[in-house]
Amino acid sequence: MSMLSFEKKYRVKGGTLIGGDLLDFWVGPFYVGFFGVTTAVCAILGTALILYGASQGDTWNVWRISIEPPPLSYGLSLAPMNDGGLWQMITIFACGAFGSWMLRQVEISRKLGMGLHVPFAFGFAIFAYVVLVVIRPWLLGAWGHGFPYGIMSHLNWVSMIGYQFAAFHYNPAHMIAVTFFFTTAMALAMHGSLILMATDPKRGETVKTGEHENTFFRDNIGYSIGALGIHRLGMFTAINAAFWSGICMLISGPFWSESWPSWWNWWLELPIWS
Amino acid sequence: MRENLNIFTKVQVAAPDYPGVPIGEAEEQRVGGIYHSTFMGRFGDAQIGPIYLGATGIASIITFFIAFFIMGMNMAASVDWSPIEFMRQFFWLTLDPPPAEYGLTFPPLWDGGWFLIAGFFLTASIMLWWWRTFKISQNLGMSNYLAWAFGAAIFLYLVLGFIRPILMGSWSEAVPYGIFSHLDWTQNFSLRYGNLFYNPFHMLSIAFLYGSAVLFAMHGATIVATSRYGADREIDQITDRGTAAERGALFWRWCMGFNASVESIHRWAWWFAVLTVLTGGVGILLTGTAVDNWYLWALERGMVP
Repeated sequence: MSMLSFEKKYRVKGGTLIGGDLLDFWVGPFYVGFFGVTTAVCAILGTALILYGASQGDTWNVWRISIEPPPLSYGLSLAPMNDGGLWQMITIFACGAFGSWMLRQVEISRKLGMGLHVPFAFGFAIFAYVVLVVIRPWLLGAWGHGFPYGIMSHLNWVSMIGYQFAAFHYNPAHMIAVTFFFTTAMALAMHGSLILMATDPKRGETVKTGEHENTFFRDNIGYSIGALGIHRLGMFTAINAAFWSGICMLISGPFWSESWPSWWNWWLELPIWS
Repeated sequence: MRENLNIFTKVQVAAPDYPGVPIGEAEEQRVGGIYHSTFMGRFGDAQIGPIYLGATGIASIITFFIAFFIMGMNMAASVDWSPIEFMRQFFWLTLDPPPAEYGLTFPPLWDGGWFLIAGFFLTASIMLWWWRTFKISQNLGMSNYLAWAFGAAIFLYLVLGFIRPILMGSWSEAVPYGIFSHLDWTQNFSLRYGNLFYNPFHMLSIAFLYGSAVLFAMHGATIVATSRYGADREIDQITDRGTAAERGALFWRWCMGFNASVESIHRWAWWFAVLTVLTGGVGILLTGTAVDNWYLWALERGMVP
């Protein structure tokens, strides 16, 4: 029922990292496996704690619900449940869920005879999250430096951190990250367009070929990176967007605590100018 | 596993020059020669060139360099034509729009006039390039997805530098040309209108931008991971599904309970990327024209914690 017409022959045993054949089965369209169970446990507990935290707050307005990290005074210790402890628990479960999800992707990749590119790429997204809520707070000496879990509250947190460094756009790693994000979106538009232009051509035209794809971009910009190359490139720029996002936060505070515009003074003071 | 990574092309075929799909008489417009780079071949396609220029292509390049030259000369003038100071202060140099008191009139050259002229030539260059994207797909019998996606980006560009300044009644609203100055403009814009994070169209634009990165990471990784089954030949996989497409689809079905097809993932991709700039453009267009303070706007709707 939930199986695709060609799916049955791919549903074979093997490829698990842990647990052997014990949890090697599917529920509906989902593959389970050991890490499916740990993902579900972490995700359900984390979500339940968010709901419990919301019930302890003063609003059920979805924009305003927020689970705050502990006050800075608790440093790196465990905080009482209603004073940031929930945030700490939710963070632990979130890391558990994300890590399990990645390892589940490894198991599925092995089962399907695929490379491990997807879990590798997902690892960078996890890295960016872990930098924000674990590594950076830890380097700064208080869990209170993590961001609050709430729709508007996390935006306020981003604003506040930005103004704390006067103008966050001057953060060189932030510049690189934003450039990678914009580049990724542009490359995605170009790639998606190209495939649709070839397979959904003008009315009355037949479906085009790979040579048309290459020719379009050679005619347009003088170079076509090719069918395989564009997927390497897209993966590369997307991974870098996540990586440099993490780096730009990692250096803000632990390694640079003045305004970001003043960081650029080194350029003005290079000895080559005099 | 290492041999399955396929991050680099290890064995390259030395292919002959290929000028492109025949397009009749228009083929004369393909210029620039054909080169093969073994280095580029490690990452993608080894062939570089030719390029189809034509009258619009050449005009686009010329107008771009006029705009580029005007910006450069104004920046050079601002450091009294000193090459060393030009390099030293490069990131801080800027060509600013006219002050507000000129409204929509044409100011003196030194007080924003050059800015408007540079903007005119830059816009002309972009529009001419846009024309080429229609022309080239027409030559090849392809449809115009790329041209319309580019059009969406042009919409955002025009909102920032043309439509919104006209609605606000002053060219001073436009974005300056300069590295740090356009960053300052962005921050001041947000501060002046009560924090752009509270602008719901800004929220959507960011969500689509991040979504685009997630989609390309997922799609790129899926294709490279199944490339040994021929997944990169996407047209073939769309018209005659093979094991590469089946494995890629099942990966996501087993992972998250849902999968796209080889064709539909490119429609997801197109819409995510296009909506990034469309929603962004709408968000900018409403700011200062329909909404003066996004913080108060959100506060009145009970969104602010």
